[in-house]
Amino acid sequence: MVRLSMCSSGKYSLRGPALIPRMKTKHRIYYITLFSVVLLGLIATGMFQFWPHSIESTADWSLDRRSMHDAPLIQLPVSNPIPERGDLSCRMHTCFDVYRCGYNPKNRIKVYIYPLQRFVDEGGVPISSTGLSREYNDLLSTISDSEFYTDDVTRACLFVPSIDVLNQNSLRIRETAQALAMLPRWDKGMNHLLFNMLPGGPPDYNTALDVPRDRALLAGGGFSTWTYRQGYDVSIPVYSPLSADVELPERHHHRPQRFTLPRRYFILSSQTAIHREYRAELERLKEENGEALLLLDKCSNLSQGVASARKRCYKGQVFDYPQILQESSFCVVLRGARLGQATLSDVLQAGCVPIILADSYILPFSEVLDWKRASVVIPEEKLPEMYTILKSIPHRQVEEMQRQACWFWDAYFSSMKAIGMTTLQIINDRIYPYAARTYEQWNNPPVVKWSSVNSPLFLPLIPPRSPGFTAVVLTYDRIESLFRVITEISKVPSLAKLLVVWNNQNKSPPEDSLWPKIAAPLKVVRTKENKLSNRFFPYDEIETEAVLAIDDDIIMLTSDELQFGYEVRERIPYRLVGYPGRLHLWDHEMGKWKYESEWTNEVSMVLTGAAFYHKYFNYLYTYKMPGDIKNWVDAHMNCEDIAINFLVANITGKAPIKVTPRKKFKCPECTAIDGLSLDQTHMVERSECINKFASVFGTMPLKVVEHRADPVLYKDDFPEKLKSFPNIGSL
Amino acid sequence: MQARKKYVLLGLCACCWLLLFYWGGGVQVRLLKLLGQQRGDVVRPWPDWTDRVLLPGYAQLEELQTGPGSAESPRQRHQAWTGIYKDSRCRMETCFDFTRCRRRGRDGFRVYVYPSEKGERGSESYRKILTSIGESRYYTTDPREACLFVLGIDTLDRDQLSGQFVPNLDDRIKGYPLWNEGRNHLIFNLYSGTWPNYTEDLGFNIGQAILAKASLNTEHFRPGFDVSIPLFSKDHPQKGGERGWLVRNTVPPRRKYLLMFKGKRYLTGIGSDTRNALHHIHNGKDIVSLTTCRHGKDWEKHKDARCDHDNLEYERFDYQELLHNSTFCLVPRGRRLGSFRFLESLQAACIPVLLSNGWELPFSDVIQWNQAVIEGDERLLLQVPSTVHAVGHERVLALRQRTQMLWDAYFSSVDKIVLTTLEIIKDRVFSHVSRNKYMWNALPGGLLVLPEYSTHLAHFPFYYLSLGVSPGQEFTAIIHAVSPLVSQSQPIMKLLQVVSKSKYCSQIIILWNSEKPLPPRSKWPPMPVPLTVTDGRRKTSSRFLPNVAIETEAVLSLDEDTVLLTSEVNFAFLVWMSFPERIVGYPPRSHFWDPVKNAWGYTSKWTNEYSIVLTGAAFYHRYYHYLFSHYLPPSLRALVDRTSNCEDILMNFLVSAVTHLPPIKVAQRKQYKELPSPQTVRLAPWANPEHFAQRQECVNSFASWFGYMPLVHSQFRLDPLLFKDQVSVLRKKYKDLERA
Repeated sequence: MVRLSMCSSGKYSLRGPALIPRMKTKHRIYYITLFSVVLLGLIATGMFQFWPHSIESTADWSLDRRSMHDAPLIQLPVSNPIPERGDLSCRMHTCFDVYRCGYNPKNRIKVYIYPLQRFVDEGGVPISSTGLSREYNDLLSTISDSEFYTDDVTRACLFVPSIDVLNQNSLRIRETAQALAMLPRWDKGMNHLLFNMLPGGPPDYNTALDVPRDRALLAGGGFSTWTYRQGYDVSIPVYSPLSADVELPERHHHRPQRFTLPRRYFILSSQTAIHREYRAELERLKEENGEALLLLDKCSNLSQGVASARKRCYKGQVFDYPQILQESSFCVVLRGARLGQATLSDVLQAGCVPIILADSYILPFSEVLDWKRASVVIPEEKLPEMYTILKSIPHRQVEEMQRQACWFWDAYFSSMKAIGMTTLQIINDRIYPYAARTYEQWNNPPVVKWSSVNSPLFLPLIPPRSPGFTAVVLTYDRIESLFRVITEISKVPSLAKLLVVWNNQNKSPPEDSLWPKIAAPLKVVRTKENKLSNRFFPYDEIETEAVLAIDDDIIMLTSDELQFGYEVRERIPYRLVGYPGRLHLWDHEMGKWKYESEWTNEVSMVLTGAAFYHKYFNYLYTYKMPGDIKNWVDAHMNCEDIAINFLVANITGKAPIKVTPRKKFKCPECTAIDGLSLDQTHMVERSECINKFASVFGTMPLKVVEHRADPVLYKDDFPEKLKSFPNIGSL
Repeated sequence: MQARKKYVLLGLCACCWLLLFYWGGGVQVRLLKLLGQQRGDVVRPWPDWTDRVLLPGYAQLEELQTGPGSAESPRQRHQAWTGIYKDSRCRMETCFDFTRCRRRGRDGFRVYVYPSEKGERGSESYRKILTSIGESRYYTTDPREACLFVLGIDTLDRDQLSGQFVPNLDDRIKGYPLWNEGRNHLIFNLYSGTWPNYTEDLGFNIGQAILAKASLNTEHFRPGFDVSIPLFSKDHPQKGGERGWLVRNTVPPRRKYLLMFKGKRYLTGIGSDTRNALHHIHNGKDIVSLTTCRHGKDWEKHKDARCDHDNLEYERFDYQELLHNSTFCLVPRGRRLGSFRFLESLQAACIPVLLSNGWELPFSDVIQWNQAVIEGDERLLLQVPSTVHAVGHERVLALRQRTQMLWDAYFSSVDKIVLTTLEIIKDRVFSHVSRNKYMWNALPGGLLVLPEYSTHLAHFPFYYLSLGVSPGQEFTAIIHAVSPLVSQSQPIMKLLQVVSKSKYCSQIIILWNSEKPLPPRSKWPPMPVPLTVTDGRRKTSSRFLPNVAIETEAVLSLDEDTVLLTSEVNFAFLVWMSFPERIVGYPPRSHFWDPVKNAWGYTSKWTNEYSIVLTGAAFYHRYYHYLFSHYLPPSLRALVDRTSNCEDILMNFLVSAVTHLPPIKVAQRKQYKELPSPQTVRLAPWANPEHFAQRQECVNSFASWFGYMPLVHSQFRLDPLLFKDQVSVLRKKYKDLERA
């Protein structure tokens, strides 16, 4: 339409000067008008020509404009060799040349794509009735855009032919095989990857591609356990082109309750080519259980022009497909002549839990996906029991399965891109198993990934013997107080080492002879800068798992209290265990977090003026602290304790443990501002810290609890001298 | 005039241009393409075909949806399959008779062991395997109800040169009336083949039997049918088993040595290629790879130039010392694919680096090995040092903890190995009621997760954090009633009032275990929450029956004479929310080792530590009811019922065995039970000295069933934050707890 209007305006301007020839004085104006119109026309035409292109690749709009018809035509001589049929005993260590992949710091395989060629036999008949399909083209573009791609054939680890074998029906098997063997790097199919979605042909429909392919890896849709070479082939979904056309309305509401809404039907069967024996079985189930089941079939009397693939019928009632799938909790995916069904993709997209009835079928990407959390696999023989089996699944579990099904579709089924990338990632994980993605990465939907906690320290270990702890005292120049603290701590039985972090660059620590004489080894580390984060540095000198962070003015803790705190940490090893507790509160008026230091019934933080924790948290604090928190703390000389509370709570998902009763501390949190009493500005600053950190973490990781840990016999009516920790809680 | 000509000419020119653009797009495209080809090949290797929109779909929608209808009837197909797919192509669908396992759940999965013939002397290991099956909850003595059969003949060592080799197996097996071509049979094997090739040959035809074999090769492994088991020595403990060696997660996680190997080098024959090359990576510093030629009788015949030097170097290091002090341990294949070394390094928390191409790893169906070991490639031995160097701290920590988790869950005893094998097969038979991969790979491991209870992760106490959910904010109180209902002032009435007042209480169940019949509904006071009374049939173990009426995750188990305050209940429940996998209760008890009696002792004295909290008043997850009734053997439950005692100790054993953690005691006022008035002393069982002696015995018999002492001591209790602090009572949320 744009082009038409341009053209007419051109004609108009052409006629323009002829109509007004005598107006000599005005000829200049017409000259200009004409010129500009022509120019406009030119630009508009040009733009039109390149419009679609510039949308897709903004990088370079004059990229390549090749047509497939320009691909070289290759004639296959009849006598060309045919590769051997696939070898069923192939495994990565026997049929795959791992030297091609080599050691690689990025742990990523390199994939090469053969340039497009059109193969014809001697009679000039192409080897495939369709040639390159849209889906295969999408797949190859994806690979070529991905980080796996290399155009250097000598560096490639995996080769992908440009011969489209997605659908065996459109192939001439012998000729396709010959074409494969002609590929320059074929070498018995070593390290070649073929993608196939519809394998087999009539009458018995093999479950793997029939094209002889030597040792090539096969990414196939519809493998059975007999054709699937575990750890070698990759089972992929049968892509459903419907998903590209249809937007399912339910999916677009990103509502959390999307899966909790009751669905109209319990079981839905939407496939049209169900064997009559199974259909009879389903009918019988429907008779028994009535409205909960919906059995759809092909529509027999659709008006012209309506795509029958988009409609399903039940007793004359017409339903839209695949929209109707969203109305059911479970959807039947029965095998047809082939094991892999495109319906599976539609069903997942609709968030309907697939009931898979296909004995011996290798589910798509089953190497990494945990299908038990997203589907119900029932042996075909048990079809009559289907209803009872499904009824026994609790409602909450069905909701979770629906969410899981949706996630599988989003991440692994939704496009040829998703399918291709997943396949390559699986092969990559096999070649670099030590860098493989984890179960959680593959299977947890983003919601769960976001809200769940998978602490890197997960194994509950309670050491049989006490290895002791290292006390880390951060000090600046309060020598007298420091020495008192050292003397006090040295009385704690489990002290293994004392580490003084000397944070004063202008003054040297006192001479060795002046330090208190204590039994445990004492080391002094001098820091380069006066930073608060020096307290949490993972010093090599710390050889124990347990660390006690203590300020140089905390002299009020008894050795019983410290020893008890240590024992608690040994029993609850991956938490912060500290003495004075603090709380964060939501200030409704201000609409933000507030810091609370009053004695309350709740606790969400412990101060690190005196706290036990695992040395691992020192690593996290120093190297893994999110955002700019670490620098922020150093710049403000405050809130390092709040920061580590955030860090530990975020990684463990749990609250810290406050030990022993209330104690009068000499304002333990004001060491940074040098003994000033707890003033208002200090509180405001601490509140700011909480708000700042919560925004960096993107969430509030702190957990609130109402308990603290005391010795078993604390304040019990029991002789004090028989108690393990008698000297606790005295003010 | 001239001007007009000019205009006309110009106009024509313009028109031509436009026409050129309009009609001659092709020329232009071709022109641009010439440009594009030079640049495009670099930027975008797979071109954006200009005619891409014209590409056909790979299949018509109709073709995809309707597909070719299968002419073959499913029944026919199934029959055809059983004919084709047998022996080496066996799968559960074709070689396993599901009809033998008809009944649901545990009842459907019974294992029968053939009686061993007189004079038969099986190996120590096979005897252990049979004992494990015999003591498992799946064992049956009746072959008619069996789903799975295990031979009485020792099939572990099928090396003809071995002393344990049993000849003429084929003939003997065929004589069994139940053999049925091996259908539903499970055959255990550790060694197959013999010198020099050590093939997978067992020396007899196993037919359709499931093979549980060590060192299985992926090529011979029938996926979804066979089970790969680890190679274990004859000294492997029957039950319990040693814990892993990791006692603390030190950081940085690297140990003195990075990688170690100490073992034989085969000079000739299968497996020698890999072992002969191992010395290449030895650097004497962080990588220690030692081989000796000294093995077998005639090693000196084959000895090569390296041998003497290597043998000397070999003696310099101690294997155990290396095992303790190495981050990674090489586990190369021996003559066969698996080796003892694998379990040894797993236990030692020395991350195994496998060099055994084609080995189907133990229990590979369910265990995700890439999270616990480094799977190397024999062909890339020289890359191993750089690979292990590149493994980061975080990953080492994770891998190491995972080795311990797997060791403890599946490998530390013969019992665990055998049970895991059985559970894997059971999961296949009842595939729709089976564990998912997460249950197998997360703590506490698949054996402690019973899928008949639920297959939903959120129904278990172990996965809350990893799912990002928290347990429900309600609990069910179960009151164990033994005395008849006589007055409205008896303890149980008070207790009902107290518990029902808690805002977290959603229902109360009274378990009526009295000798008197169930009192009518009207005898019970009106309650703000639903009250159910069920008959416990006077069995002590019934208090832990998985009652379907329990709708909440948390259970508060109570004795009828327990004295509690509502605030005590509330506080304990909030603590439980923080520790949902543990028992949270009030009165503590402790166990100790009595060196005089050489046995475990039990004490109810006040001590500074505890390892048990009584379930007369305790919160725990309802899943433990299910485990108590279905995981523990009937013999232990019978002991509890016979003595009407120890059920609380057993529950503590169970939960600690699952979590490896102590229970949690919370703050409580002085008295826990009503002081016994003179006339009830007779009735109160816990005041009886015999009762106490029984409990000592219980602790010992439970420990012997578990194979070790699962109880763990703890020294702290959890109190409310301001408990007995010198602050105003008005500030305290749980002030009631401080009233004496």
